[in-house]
Amino acid sequence: MENKLIVSLSPHVHSGDSIQRNMYGVLIALIPALLVSFFVFGLGAIIVTLTSVAACLFFEWAITKYILKRDGNTLWDGSAAITGILLAFNLPSNLPVWIVIIGALVAIGIGKMTFGGLGCNPFNPALIGRVFLLISFPVQMTSWPQAGQWGAYLDAETGATPLALMKQAIKSGDPSVLNDLPSSLLLLIGFPENCQAGAGCLGEICALALLLGLAYMLWKKIISWHIPISILATVFVFSGLMHLANPVYASPVQHLLTGGLMLGAIFMATDYVTSPMSHKGMLVYGVCIGFLTVVIRTFGAYPEGMSFAILIMNAFTPLINTYCKPKRYGEVAKK
Amino acid sequence: MNMILIAVVSLGAIGLVSAIVLYVASKKFAVYEDPRIAQVAEVLPQANCGGCGFPGCSGFAAACVKAGSLEGKLCPVGGQPTMEKVAAILGLKAEASEPKVAVVRCNGTCDNRPRLTQYDGVRSCVVANATGGGETGCFFGCLGYGDCANACQFGAIRINPQTGLPEVDETKCTACGACAKTCPRNIIEIRPRGKNNRRVYVQCVNKDKGALARKVCDAACIGCGKCVKTCPFEAITLENNLAYIDPAKCKACRKCEMECLQGAIVAVNFPPRKQRETVSAEIEQPEVKP
Amino acid sequence: MKTFRIGGVHPAANKLSAGKAIEPLALPRQAVFPLSQHIGAPATPLVKKGDTVKVGTRIAEAGGFVSAPIFSSVSGKVNKIDSVIDASGYRKPAIYIDVEGDEWEPDIDRSTTLLKTCDLSPEEIVSRIKEAGIVGMGGACFPTHVKLSPPAGCKATCVIINGVECEPYLTADHRLMLEKPDEILVGICILMKAAKVNRAYIAIENNKPDAIRLLSEKAKAYAGIEVIPLQVKYPQGGEKQLIDAVIRRQVPAPPALPIHVGAIVQNVGTVFAIYEAVQKHKPLFERIVTVTGKSLKTPSNFLTRLGTPMSQLIEAAGGMPEDTGKVIGGGPMMGKALMSTDIPICKGSSGVLLMNEHEARRATPQPCIRCAKCVSVCPMGLEPYLLATCSAHGDWDRVEHEQIMSCIECGSCQFTCPSHRPILDNIRLGKGKVGAIIRARNTKK
Repeated sequence: MENKLIVSLSPHVHSGDSIQRNMYGVLIALIPALLVSFFVFGLGAIIVTLTSVAACLFFEWAITKYILKRDGNTLWDGSAAITGILLAFNLPSNLPVWIVIIGALVAIGIGKMTFGGLGCNPFNPALIGRVFLLISFPVQMTSWPQAGQWGAYLDAETGATPLALMKQAIKSGDPSVLNDLPSSLLLLIGFPENCQAGAGCLGEICALALLLGLAYMLWKKIISWHIPISILATVFVFSGLMHLANPVYASPVQHLLTGGLMLGAIFMATDYVTSPMSHKGMLVYGVCIGFLTVVIRTFGAYPEGMSFAILIMNAFTPLINTYCKPKRYGEVAKK
Repeated sequence: MNMILIAVVSLGAIGLVSAIVLYVASKKFAVYEDPRIAQVAEVLPQANCGGCGFPGCSGFAAACVKAGSLEGKLCPVGGQPTMEKVAAILGLKAEASEPKVAVVRCNGTCDNRPRLTQYDGVRSCVVANATGGGETGCFFGCLGYGDCANACQFGAIRINPQTGLPEVDETKCTACGACAKTCPRNIIEIRPRGKNNRRVYVQCVNKDKGALARKVCDAACIGCGKCVKTCPFEAITLENNLAYIDPAKCKACRKCEMECLQGAIVAVNFPPRKQRETVSAEIEQPEVKP
Repeated sequence: MKTFRIGGVHPAANKLSAGKAIEPLALPRQAVFPLSQHIGAPATPLVKKGDTVKVGTRIAEAGGFVSAPIFSSVSGKVNKIDSVIDASGYRKPAIYIDVEGDEWEPDIDRSTTLLKTCDLSPEEIVSRIKEAGIVGMGGACFPTHVKLSPPAGCKATCVIINGVECEPYLTADHRLMLEKPDEILVGICILMKAAKVNRAYIAIENNKPDAIRLLSEKAKAYAGIEVIPLQVKYPQGGEKQLIDAVIRRQVPAPPALPIHVGAIVQNVGTVFAIYEAVQKHKPLFERIVTVTGKSLKTPSNFLTRLGTPMSQLIEAAGGMPEDTGKVIGGGPMMGKALMSTDIPICKGSSGVLLMNEHEARRATPQPCIRCAKCVSVCPMGLEPYLLATCSAHGDWDRVEHEQIMSCIECGSCQFTCPSHRPILDNIRLGKGKVGAIIRARNTKK
């Protein structure tokens, strides 16, 4: 018998793209922000990040093997590692290890594997973990260490975040409070060591590093521009209008550069699984996230609204998918 | 104290309003349903397999009640006993029905039917059937990707990895017909189980000319017509180079099985051949069952 | 530079045989002519066992309006009328002819002189095209005369000549444009006359600069013919994509045809066949076939008589490599994987591609991560992930509502899917089912 020919339907070639390639691309894009966070928060950042990643990988492996009883090895597809890093980016660097592990368990266990693993989760797992911790451990989650304490971990001195100051300005009705914010340049390059409001989560300290990640992902075509740009543009426009109406509200540039906005817009909202499929839908999704974020930041109880805005819109993604269809061929108006 | 009072009163008020709304809605929007439908549905197996031809067990129950007769209605899963219960509820008479079973009309095992190509796509017969003729030279035979096994709700079909063909577990098969409907090549037939579960059928659906069919599969029906001539009951017909045994006429005498050179006719659940030989001397040469 | 507006992918071009001039292939020992080499009704045989035929003898007649006659490409005796496994993977009726000598029908003009003038009326041209059995040679095999007979109320405004050849590996059209530019241009003039239009655009992707240069140069001598260079992007050779790229109009959803936006699209191979049929009385019985593959010794372009088994082409190109895993009739994006190499060359066979075992295997599918890449590359603006999932679950109403019938099966979605999911396999299943449902509904009405 001669060599048996393989028969299958077309196409017979593939682009060579893979889940791993995309996931590792995101990990590479996260490297600049990761390095900056190590540099700014020192030991604490390293401990929290390593714990988070290790715990996420462990739970992914354990749940796949012992609860779902699947043979396939999804451990190294990179998605659990991304969840780990993103979760760490959303935590303060002085968070005890056991809380980080609980966060990882909720993120992977409840946020992802409950629904069937990669590709099935309706909500961003890292954000599920973060929000769970935020509600369960409000004190630990909202005492952010001041930047620049290299050797410190649990004993780090805490400080105010820029967003807390912005909230304070609104509450007191006194725009001069905003003068204590670090300069926009410092917020962009991210070493607000000697400023009053120089504290924050791991990943939100340097907007520039996150933007580098965005540029890399756009260049490698891992994500399209629609979601991040629409979020950033909406936040800029909406907070700009608010600022013009009343200077108690911080300026749009400060809104863009502070808190988890960049992190959320670039890495969390663009999560493949939980974002809409059509470009039109992505724009709707981005605009709504931007709008909700500013609304929560200025009128809500929490100083930061990104996580909630993304989670709320995650819930709306199936609806957006139903109503926002891509532009079909032939529907373009005839001349 | 005041606060407790407010809470009690407001919650009580909400509860009261909801209760009134629910009461009104349940009266106003009530839909009358024949209570017998629920009773009939109760005795049905609730497999919702659709084998009866109606959408689920409740659909079948409604149809039974509405029609006012049980003519032509059969729950293949529950069979005669279930239909008798249904008949008792409705005060009707159940039709006598013959128990049936799914039979796989292909014997193209890996040995009988050599694989010529390798299929590399979705493991689904429907898709593979659209791709082309399958991995073997036979364009009628079983593809072996198990759509029937997936369609079976009772776990009665599985693909035997040795032969690459589906096997029906007669004890579990309810003859609901889901597998037969799924099979893109109509290989599975729902046939009467026969007396004592004994039945004879042609285990092939190849309509190619004899030479061609023989070339691609050692167990193919080549349409030679010997069985047609042999059958004392005129139960066998030959169409498009393929023999078919009509279960209504077949008396399971097994003469055709002996005659078939290709071994394409099989008889199942008969006692081993040796015992039979002593009974009927007319059968001279015992043939190895395929 | 122009291109189509929605979606598209960039597969590696791998035009291995682009530099190889067209060579005529030796005659086969036996030629096999399947009776359905085109879309529409199969042809009905005119010969019987033992008849002698010449090159160009009509051996089967069109089986309806949407159908085409078939001509013998060889001279010899009819051996049998039987069946053959064709590219579809199923057995179809076919005429077998044993080759004896090479005697041509006397009225075929075998000279190579260029005949520029054509005094026939449009109707006469269309009828000659019809009688020569010409079908779309890009692969779809739609009978050409049907395209040139527009339904009432529609009028063509231009013809678009498809020299895009967006499929990787294939170079048959490219070589034809380089070697027969004058014949193609005359063919276009005839086609314009038949379609009663005075504009023609030759669309060529700019990875073939030599063809663009040559044809632009030569086209100056002909009024109304313009070469349009296009950006390289797959599936630009799709009729609907090409119309969008060249004249910026989009054909509405089926059952609308390209003629509804005033365009008639023809492949360069078809145009060349039209020239030969109208000017030289030569019916369609040979075509240019690319034989290619990374492991093949000499990837080549052959002028092949129809009915030649593919194995002979592979032999002529250096023989079947040891590591061959898959033989594809056509290009890698839309071609059909063949069950054997005995399948004859048909009117629509643009290439034979050999892939090695390693390239041929599909990777294991992984769960859909909803990355939306399939949606953004779909040239029809559909949602492949949704169509595939709903088809796999048998939700036919939903897939019909989501316009599954607009799918052109270009394969961009499956090509790009990072999870290696068999998207198009499932969509094809859904298309088949929904098509049957729609037909059943129409007959009921």
